[in-house]
Amino acid sequence: MKLLDQSLKYLSFSMLLVLSVWGVIFYFNMLREIKESIDEGLENYKRLIVRKAQTDTAILNNHEFDERFYTIQEISQSHALSAKDRYADTMMYMQDADDEYPELEPVRMLTTAFEHNGRYYELTIVNSMVEEDDLVKELFREGLLLYLLLLASVLVVNNIVLQRLWKPFYDLLQKLKAFRLGNSKEIPKIETRTKEFLDLQQTINTLLQHSMETYEQQKEFIGNASHELQTPLAIATGKLELLLEKGALKDSEAETIAQVLQIIERLTRLNKSLLLLTKIENRQFPHDQVISINDIVQQAIEGLEEIIAFKKLNFSLEGNTPLTVKMDKALAVIIVSNIIKNAVTHTTEKGRIIIDISEHRLTVSNTAHTAALDEEKIFNRFYKSDASSGGTGLGLAIVKAICGLYRFDVSYRFAHNMHCFQIDFAGKQRNRE
Amino acid sequence: MKILIIEDEKELQKAIVASLTKEQFVIETASDYYAAAEKIGIYDYDCILLDIMLPGGSGLKLLEELKELGKSGNVIIISAKDSLDDKIKGLELGADDYLTKPFHIAELNARIKAVLRRKVLDGKNTIETANIVLDLQERQLLVNGALVPLNRKEFDILNYFLLNKNRLVAKTALAEHVWGDSIDQADNFDFIYYQIKNLRKKLQSAGAAIEIESVYGIGYKMRDT
Repeated sequence: MKLLDQSLKYLSFSMLLVLSVWGVIFYFNMLREIKESIDEGLENYKRLIVRKAQTDTAILNNHEFDERFYTIQEISQSHALSAKDRYADTMMYMQDADDEYPELEPVRMLTTAFEHNGRYYELTIVNSMVEEDDLVKELFREGLLLYLLLLASVLVVNNIVLQRLWKPFYDLLQKLKAFRLGNSKEIPKIETRTKEFLDLQQTINTLLQHSMETYEQQKEFIGNASHELQTPLAIATGKLELLLEKGALKDSEAETIAQVLQIIERLTRLNKSLLLLTKIENRQFPHDQVISINDIVQQAIEGLEEIIAFKKLNFSLEGNTPLTVKMDKALAVIIVSNIIKNAVTHTTEKGRIIIDISEHRLTVSNTAHTAALDEEKIFNRFYKSDASSGGTGLGLAIVKAICGLYRFDVSYRFAHNMHCFQIDFAGKQRNRE
Repeated sequence: MKILIIEDEKELQKAIVASLTKEQFVIETASDYYAAAEKIGIYDYDCILLDIMLPGGSGLKLLEELKELGKSGNVIIISAKDSLDDKIKGLELGADDYLTKPFHIAELNARIKAVLRRKVLDGKNTIETANIVLDLQERQLLVNGALVPLNRKEFDILNYFLLNKNRLVAKTALAEHVWGDSIDQADNFDFIYYQIKNLRKKLQSAGAAIEIESVYGIGYKMRDT
């Protein structure tokens, strides 16, 4: 829910509550005021009638409500003496301009007693009163109108205020969304004098600065560590090879040294792969050019033909639609050869490998001797489906990193008992359109 | 042949010296920028192995000095940095080759031989030993003057063995040299055996006076029969 909607929600609820309470209080106060005012009128009327009764005794016989709106009945003395002025709300048939027939209308009735020439009379005076339901209805309508008016103004004010006041916030948010650790060099900055936003920016900047530094340090560390490992590896390889060359070793000793050499070889490959990954992440391959994927696939196949023959693989290049991509040549060679090498390495003897090049995609499928691989993990660093293979576990991670750099889509699926790896070179560019 | 090794890591320097001594080269060493600059200024070398990161200064600066002295053109850079920019810069400054650490001794040997051959045999680019001639220009093998057809990779394998004659060539080194990055997983190296077997057959049936023998199952050695 947006901030605007949130504040509107709370405001509308609280306004509704305040207005309702206010409406009820206002209604009762209003009603009381009206009654008081009518009662004062009735009191005045009473005095006039009583005074008139002194001179005009005829009115004492006015037993029914007629045009005069009062009745006078004779009552006993005891009754009269105990009587006080009583005001009451009651109903009475009345007919006004919009009524066809007389209708029951609310009236205010004053019942009182007076004495005239030693006789006691009860005087009842009525006055038409405001209809309560009309009042409620009216009040409700006005209240609702006020409510809507308030709501509308709150909406407008809120919109303007939010847009103006919160603009730096949204600016910052926009910039933060675009921020990529390792890619973005500029720390998000906004123009504002609002203290809270300045604080927010300060906090975020400190955090980002720290993250960027850590990221750089980590990258640098991996790069440096890998570099520093190269020389010791070179020494170890050289010395062991020289030792083997001397030829003065027993077979079992030579075998051990050969094994150690192979382990060093693996270390070397691992190290080179890590260096490559670091370089990809550092974007140290700026030499983009138009590359024919078909040519590179061809070269990769040529490099592998001896091993394909050795493993008696059934290898076929099915589709060969011309496919060109703008990217660094070395990286193009790496993704293509890694993905094909991966298939060749993991296919058992006499297995089948199919390469298909279409308008946007390179697909490499190979016979599976295992079940489907874990789609989520297969491109992770150091993920190995079987630990026995001498691979670094970085080949596909490198493919993924390069694809990430150029926004290609790389995917894995398992179909017809084959592992299918696909690179969509139009990838995210096309999907975005 | 006189070779200067400019490398600050003593142990690596020793290993390279031990390997090159077998090839009957005269070897001198320098462990830092100043010693190297001094030697370069005074003597002429047939080949210089140059580390880029040196105490006292950059190897690239030494290259510049060599260029000014007119002595560049036989330098092999050996660097821990596999950086394209450094490679391009080094080659622009007149270096002949660029070898990234770690390397196989056989590979270094082959590169040095290639540089020396370019220097000594202008134009005539062949390797001759026993009764065979390997023409690097035409990519042909002649045994007793008769042409023996080889495919591209057999040629590269033979070339590599000839550059490392009487030396141990590890399977991994051979694979790296001939197949490059295409093949880099240890369990795949068995196929090399079949490549060697084919090459042996061709050499034998042509009557070549050289043979490729297996060493401890880790590699091969080429020698005269």
